[in-house]
Amino acid sequence: MTCHPTRNPFTHSETAAVGVAVEGLSKSFGHFEVLKNVTFSVKPGEIFVLMGPSGSGKSVLLKHIVGLERPTAGRVTVDGRDAAAESTREQVRMALVFQSGALFNSLSVYDNLALYPREHRIANEAAIREKVMRALQILSLEGTANKAPSELSGGMKKRVAIARGLVMEPQLMLYDEPTSELDPVMSATIAEIIATLKEEYHVTSIVVSHDRELALGIADRVGILMGGELVSLGTPAELRTPRDPRVAEFLNPKIDLKHPRFKKLET
Amino acid sequence: MNQLTAILEGIGSTVQLLFRAAFYTPTLWRQRARFIEQCYLIGYTTLPIVAILSFFIGSVLALQAGYSMSNFGAKQFIGSLVGLSMARELGPVMAAILLAGRVGSAIAAELASMKVYQEIDALETMNIPPARMLVLPRLAAVLVMMPVLAIIADLVGWFGGALISKYTQSIAIEPEAYFSVLRRFMEFKDVLNGLIKAEVFGFVIVLVSCNIGLNTRGGPREIGAAVTKAVVTSLILILVLDYFVTKALMHLQS
Ligand SMILES: Nc1ncnc2c1ncn2[C@@H]1O[C@H](COP(=O)(O)OP(=O)(O)OP(=O)(O)O)[C@@H](O)[C@H]1O
Ligand SMILES: [Mg+2]
Repeated sequence: MTCHPTRNPFTHSETAAVGVAVEGLSKSFGHFEVLKNVTFSVKPGEIFVLMGPSGSGKSVLLKHIVGLERPTAGRVTVDGRDAAAESTREQVRMALVFQSGALFNSLSVYDNLALYPREHRIANEAAIREKVMRALQILSLEGTANKAPSELSGGMKKRVAIARGLVMEPQLMLYDEPTSELDPVMSATIAEIIATLKEEYHVTSIVVSHDRELALGIADRVGILMGGELVSLGTPAELRTPRDPRVAEFLNPKIDLKHPRFKKLET
Repeated sequence: MNQLTAILEGIGSTVQLLFRAAFYTPTLWRQRARFIEQCYLIGYTTLPIVAILSFFIGSVLALQAGYSMSNFGAKQFIGSLVGLSMARELGPVMAAILLAGRVGSAIAAELASMKVYQEIDALETMNIPPARMLVLPRLAAVLVMMPVLAIIADLVGWFGGALISKYTQSIAIEPEAYFSVLRRFMEFKDVLNGLIKAEVFGFVIVLVSCNIGLNTRGGPREIGAAVTKAVVTSLILILVLDYFVTKALMHLQS
């Protein structure tokens, strides 16, 4: 399956699916080391889910892949090209769904989605309209087209951000906690979208998520980041019987009312 | 030492931004909607206040000139004094100061908040350069609007001077006499001189404000800091550039 091309769902033109390689990546902000020698690779057309405790460096890692941060040491390549180079973004179509959504606040929902095809002159206004409305429909957002981002709820903003990514028809799509603010049905829809993009369009996906169902349900492989280190890397099946006790505790935390965790801190 | 490196870094990134924006000049035609919107914003926010302020500056100039010049019987030359001062100096400088306060601050606030809320990051991942979409239309708009602002400042200032000269009893010069002196002692190059200055000021204000906004780091508090920094930097640059541009233009014309 690694040689499947990415099919563009609207024009049906075909471009090659892209892989991502992270080699010995370290990143420090000042003296604070956020990522420590992280190495893994994502094969073309694969769904890679990245999990880990809050603050473990997942969002920072995604930013390196789209070239918004530069490594302190090591290298990130997308389709064999240096992710930090500006030319990579011109060669490879990537979309990042930001954790905060990062919608353009001065534009309506419709214009947020239409910005990419308009700026890159991918289609005429009628074709753009069709694409945008279709993406909004997939995410049950038809009613919001003319609203401003400030009028939306948290989960709606997240869905608009995902829709904006879909309209870009990327070869590589990165999601930063796409389901964190959504209800269970919507979360399942997002998981289905990610899986469909892989099956039908061979889009490579990297998903940061705390959602175990999503990870175990659609991932080809799951990586677990703790304190900036990649402590586990394997298939969902392997993850059901984790060897590392930290990973086991992270994946199946027991709610223990007799011995609450926050009380252990005091002793 | 730290401040010196910060200033040098600021100059470096501003020049870099200028080249990036200039590189995208051919895309201006298809961004004409944004360009027109920016022209409208600059005109709408700055024109009324430029007109009001220039009126009073022209009036005060006439009043002061009348007071000092009538001592040695030269008050019939008030028209030329007001005319030249407005055209060569006060028109462009006042327009620039108001542009810094109204437009420079607004640009810094908008771009800084886009940066803080990751909208700029989103643009970059979408391979839409901020220099193309956000900076270029603003630079082009200010180049078109700044001469308009300066000319309005000149005209309203002259008119204010004429009005005061007529209705102040100690001066009492008829508008015909005022404007005929103004025309006799002024050449087109004096007005042109002022327009060139206005153009330089306006361009620098918008460029610097864009750069400060785009380089904001941190949280919402930094948005306010960026606005202050953009206005203060613009005001300092207006006064420093005023000297050097005036000197350069004099050198060119002699
Ligand atoms: N620009 C920055 N400057 C300094 N420190 C940063 C910066 N960005 C992130 N950090 C730090 O890096 C660490 C990892 O941040 P990151 O946002 O990647 O966490 P995360 O794994 O995405 O967490 P969450 O699940 O809560 O989103 C945090 O401790 C954060 O404080
Ligand atoms: Mg995060």
